[in-house]
Amino acid sequence: MTIFLVIISIVLIAVIVVQIGKVTELAAKIRGEEEMQYEVNRSQGGYMIIFLVVFLVGCVASAIYLKNYMLGYGPHTPASEHGSILDKMFNVTLFFTGIVFVITHILLFYFGWKYSAKKGRKALFIPHDNKLEIIWTAIPAVVMTFLVVGGLDAWNEVMADVTEGDDYMEIEATGFQFGWNLRYPGSDGLIGEKNYKLITSENPLGQNWKDLKNHDDFLATELVLPVGQKIRVRITAQDVLHNFYLPHFRVKMDAVPGMPTYFVFTPTKTTEEYRAELKKFPEYNVPDPADPAKMLWETFDYELACSELCGRGHYSMKRPVKIVSQEEYDIWFATQSSYYFSNIRFKESDPWTDRLFDAELTKKKELLSAALGAESAGKDLPLEVIAFNDAKGYTLLGASKAELNILAGLLKAKPSAKVKLSVTTGEDNIAQIGDIDARTKAIADILYENGVSPSQLVLVPTTMATEDNATTKWVFTLLGAGLLL
Amino acid sequence: MANVLTAAPHSEEDVLIEQMGYDDHFHEHHDGDKFQSSFITTYIFSQDHKMIAKQFLITGMFWGVIGGLMSLVFRLQLGFPEESLSWLKPVLGKWIEINAETGMGALSPDFYYALVTMHGTILVFFVLTAGLSGTFSNLLIPLQLGARDMASPLLNMMSYWFFFLAGLIMFISLFLNTGPFSGGWTAYPPLSALPQASTGSGAGMTLWLISLVFFVVSVLLGGINYITTVLNLRTKGMNMWRMPLTIWAFFVTAILGLLSFPVLASAFFLVMCDRGLGTSFFLNEIFIGGKALDHVGGSPVLYQHLFWFLGHPEVYIIILPAMGIVSEVLAVHSRKPVFGYKAMVFSILAIGFLSFIVWAHHMFMSGVNPFLANFFVVFTLIIAVPSAVKVFNWIATLFGGNIRFTAAVLFGIGFVSMFISGGLTGIFLGNSAIDIQMHDTYFVVAHFHIVMGVAAFFGMYAGVYHWFPKMYGRFMNETLGKLHFWGTIIGAYLIFWPMHYIGMAGVPRRYYRFDTFQTFSQFDDMNKFITIAAIITFGFQLIMIINFFYSIWYGKKVTDKNPWGATTLEWTTEVDPGHGNWAGKLPVVHRWAYDYGKDGVEFIPQTTPVKEGEKMEH
Repeated sequence: MTIFLVIISIVLIAVIVVQIGKVTELAAKIRGEEEMQYEVNRSQGGYMIIFLVVFLVGCVASAIYLKNYMLGYGPHTPASEHGSILDKMFNVTLFFTGIVFVITHILLFYFGWKYSAKKGRKALFIPHDNKLEIIWTAIPAVVMTFLVVGGLDAWNEVMADVTEGDDYMEIEATGFQFGWNLRYPGSDGLIGEKNYKLITSENPLGQNWKDLKNHDDFLATELVLPVGQKIRVRITAQDVLHNFYLPHFRVKMDAVPGMPTYFVFTPTKTTEEYRAELKKFPEYNVPDPADPAKMLWETFDYELACSELCGRGHYSMKRPVKIVSQEEYDIWFATQSSYYFSNIRFKESDPWTDRLFDAELTKKKELLSAALGAESAGKDLPLEVIAFNDAKGYTLLGASKAELNILAGLLKAKPSAKVKLSVTTGEDNIAQIGDIDARTKAIADILYENGVSPSQLVLVPTTMATEDNATTKWVFTLLGAGLLL
Repeated sequence: MANVLTAAPHSEEDVLIEQMGYDDHFHEHHDGDKFQSSFITTYIFSQDHKMIAKQFLITGMFWGVIGGLMSLVFRLQLGFPEESLSWLKPVLGKWIEINAETGMGALSPDFYYALVTMHGTILVFFVLTAGLSGTFSNLLIPLQLGARDMASPLLNMMSYWFFFLAGLIMFISLFLNTGPFSGGWTAYPPLSALPQASTGSGAGMTLWLISLVFFVVSVLLGGINYITTVLNLRTKGMNMWRMPLTIWAFFVTAILGLLSFPVLASAFFLVMCDRGLGTSFFLNEIFIGGKALDHVGGSPVLYQHLFWFLGHPEVYIIILPAMGIVSEVLAVHSRKPVFGYKAMVFSILAIGFLSFIVWAHHMFMSGVNPFLANFFVVFTLIIAVPSAVKVFNWIATLFGGNIRFTAAVLFGIGFVSMFISGGLTGIFLGNSAIDIQMHDTYFVVAHFHIVMGVAAFFGMYAGVYHWFPKMYGRFMNETLGKLHFWGTIIGAYLIFWPMHYIGMAGVPRRYYRFDTFQTFSQFDDMNKFITIAAIITFGFQLIMIINFFYSIWYGKKVTDKNPWGATTLEWTTEVDPGHGNWAGKLPVVHRWAYDYGKDGVEFIPQTTPVKEGEKMEH
């Protein structure tokens, strides 16, 4: 039925259109074609003028009415140092092209009206005028020269990379389907190496953990940057092309798989300052649809978007951007923890299990001596890891050895302290019970070699864990003075 | 101009030819017309350039409707994301995703991107390249040069059928289970090269590539024919400086196509290798779908260089024929010579040349060395100079004219307006510094739709209204034509003008929804407005289509060989010229194509011999 109705209405419309056409043809027949053509010329010429006036008034009115949309105006002021340079170039171009636009349109439609054919008038014969041609070749050429010089001057200034001795901060943004991974260099200020072949679910960027520069790098879900600091963004992509786009900062650069690109900019307004500016505009004084209790300007955040088509989720690659004062930034920075130490350390993919890093050694020493000092019986000692190089071997990992060495040193210095070494394992490991016992002995040997007296160490036979598939686990437990097993 | 000639003394042969016409012994070569002996050879596998022109035009119109409807569907999604589109389910099937809770139907993002991609591909290649240049180069090159047909009618026929095949394959891809290609009409790898990156990059992309390779073949076969015909088959007296500007435009267009389309084909072949043979021309260090790929060492930016080495000349391949048509139409209907003929020719040549050294202005933000932009900005903004010269010349052509307002001339004037509006925003975008912010925003969408979309359409419409009498021996209805014009110019401005503002506010193009970002989500009203304007404007195009088909059979008959009072040769043929165009001998040309209003005579056809002592332009 609907299809029938649709067909009927299409046919009806077609008939109406044809009839409209026919009417004028009949009129022309009655009144004479030439006469009719002059009348058409008169009316069409008139429409030309009407269109011209409405069009130009519409352009100006829309520019006034929508001035808050325009680049560099209203709520669209730039929030970066170079932003105003671009906006100025935009306005200069707008000025020149605006003049040309208005003049050419006035001439075009005015001539259309003025020179519409009238009875008894003849067209002029003016095939060419070289002087005019030269003039209207030269004028655009001069204007273009001006725009090119201004534009390239701005471009080269904006796109200039950092130079040696610049005080800048480098961060990395990696686009993927569909989001951004934001990586900060940590306290060394250096971004570690990465390789796409190393990407796993626990290493989303493919950071190469052998590179020590990676160890303090951290990932953030928001782009937090200090105001007034020169930022160099290293932009990369994991899968397809993306584009790192910060509309408020006039920053835009493609993210290309396998080829890092860079954009250097300096934010000049904190999020709070920008919000305060937005407060002045009525369009920001409406409740935020996502949070109706607040006004739009209050919930405003700078945003990071993708502006290179990258697949079905292209429109959703958002990360909030926060520009804060240096002090706030330092506080935020201090709360961020290294991705390596919180997610990778002592996991399978950690290449550094043969040692403890200096900072870890110091920290471990502090922790263990505090635990031993407390002498609270029955407490497990905070040993990070006791693991062996391979499934069958009896050689402890370097990091485990280093930990045990610290423990041994502390026990030796405090002969009254006594610890218990117990091991639990799963039922399914029963066949390897001999290996487990041998390993326990290997652990104990390290302590003895380091001068721990056998009386300080109580070895407990292997026990079976209650849960299935439990892994073999060694635990040192502190025994209080005089408390004997 | 320097070479204002006086009539040269005639040789004996010249006098003879003047009296008798130029005899190429056309009808002695064959008895009857072997080319048009049956329905199939007349209407389907026709080798007649006029029929091929009609085939290109009608196929182009078909694709225009398809491409236009696609844009309406995705505009509905953009303008009315909160309204249910479930009523489209009978047509679009699974691509309308129904929300189980609310019952709301929305376009699937995959299909949204597929529609955007198909809209671009179809409009750029099938409508504005094949439908415009294919139609009018075919129709006018032999007719305006005084040739019996193209240099190779067979290649010409193949050119159409390769285009048809390209279209057929693209059409089939619309019905794939995984959907047509959805990575944008520019098909940047890796997105286009990796089926795991997007559903449309699987079979959809394979068909897209095959289709466009056939399309390139079509363009090349057509182009080589146009060039050969222009160089070799001009009739007696038709030297290059006497050719109408249409022919100059088609000629340069064909050269651009011949030089740039093979580069596109090479890029496509390399993408095919990357997709199928495990090469790494455009792929490097990619981790996708949970796997690190083995491709290393390629560069996605290389593809962009190859693509835009075609892509930029392509926009002139689209706009130059429209410019040529408009020059001709403005001159004929304002009864005045086109102003500054030689300046017009030189600016076409300059634009054609410059179009090859500006491609990287599409790539300022692609990660190429920023230093490169210095050259491309300079050359890009230099193009503004010949473009401005053309605009001033068109305006000067109207000055002092006696304009007969037909639908054709209205579209000609509309073309100039659109070309100014869209051309000027090009000055913003060509300047790399401004492009940092404007790149890939709605400002770009507004710019290229106005300057190469709407403007090229206006050129095409001007051509259709003007040469319809030559094609079908009838007129299109003028009143409907004028209604079509006013509806389209107002509608097109209402669609694309607001996009400048959205773009200035920073909203990126190719977004399926805007509400993820607070910054981009504040233009709901404007998006609604644009969608409504688009629907209405599309409606006005249907008027044109009804008018077109109605007029083929029932339009007012042409009784006069030369209904517009034009000087060019196509109007010296019979009203409905048969195969071979001129029944008898070929016409001989004595003057340039723009002797309108000269010495008080309204128009002097190119075939009119030069009077003793007459001052000549060319």
